[in-house]
Amino acid sequence: MTIADIAFFAFAFTVVAAALFVVVSRNPVHSVLWLILAFLSSASMFVLLGAEFVAMLLVIVYVGAVAVLFLFVVMMLDVDFAALSAEMAKYVPLAALIGVILLMQLALVFGAWATADGVAVLDSPQATPEGTHNTAALGMVLYDQYFLLFQLAGLILLVAMIGAIVLTLRHREGIKRQDVLAQMYRDPAKSMELKDVKPGQGL
Amino acid sequence: MDAFLAEYTPIVVFMLLAIGLGLILLLAAAVLAVRNPDPEKVSAYESGFNAFDDARMKFNVRFYLVSILFIIFDLEVAFLFPWAVAFGEISMAAFWSMMVFLGVLTVGFAYEWKKGALDWE
Repeated sequence: MTIADIAFFAFAFTVVAAALFVVVSRNPVHSVLWLILAFLSSASMFVLLGAEFVAMLLVIVYVGAVAVLFLFVVMMLDVDFAALSAEMAKYVPLAALIGVILLMQLALVFGAWATADGVAVLDSPQATPEGTHNTAALGMVLYDQYFLLFQLAGLILLVAMIGAIVLTLRHREGIKRQDVLAQMYRDPAKSMELKDVKPGQGL
Repeated sequence: MDAFLAEYTPIVVFMLLAIGLGLILLLAAAVLAVRNPDPEKVSAYESGFNAFDDARMKFNVRFYLVSILFIIFDLEVAFLFPWAVAFGEISMAAFWSMMVFLGVLTVGFAYEWKKGALDWE
């Protein structure tokens, strides 16, 4: 048993244990912290596979952005989690059914996985070809060989951007906003007027 | 493969040090610290007052908008990394592919700027 094997079992155990604690923690903030631990351990497992880029992406995107967002939401949102978990007990049978279905699907994948002839690569996947780095190897194929998928990813990001704006952006009426250009182009001659007021008379 | 993993030795050392230090501090606090709690000591302290309210509250949905826009551009930059690393060897098609990708997201950027999603009111 090499050090890599020991590291794999340590990280795999950590992922499963952390995922379990995500579900059973009473405090939702603790759940998110366990989730971050699960993400970090899976990133370490990607490193063990040689997929460095995916590992670092997991750390940047999931740990850096998504998990922190979760943390803010569960810390700030006005939700009574005690009442929520009481409500949750009603749906345990449905949740158990979905869990069993997912488990059966996993078992099907594990039992009925077959590869066609000539795709020996799938039996022993290698993250990085000889003589290059993982990230460079990805860069060599991602942009021209997988052109369509790459552009579709861009379009999905665009749709997400527009969707987020359409769903959440509301301009409230009657709010005084700062207009920097209008302020800069303001000039004293237009905004100020001198009047010669004769004594004893009003304006 | 093992030479590649050997490059991660310093990170493993840091990780073990961090776990070890964390455990030592927690255990030291549990073993050495004097614990003598009373209701006033363990109550929430908020500038000398009793806590007015729960920390959880409704907050503006614009925070969500800002963070989701951040994640989208985070992912855009993630796509730039392999492109930049392999920049010397990629084909012209790959170069223009990335330009189209950036163009599509610039359309989105122009849209959100124009809609005022980046202004805080």
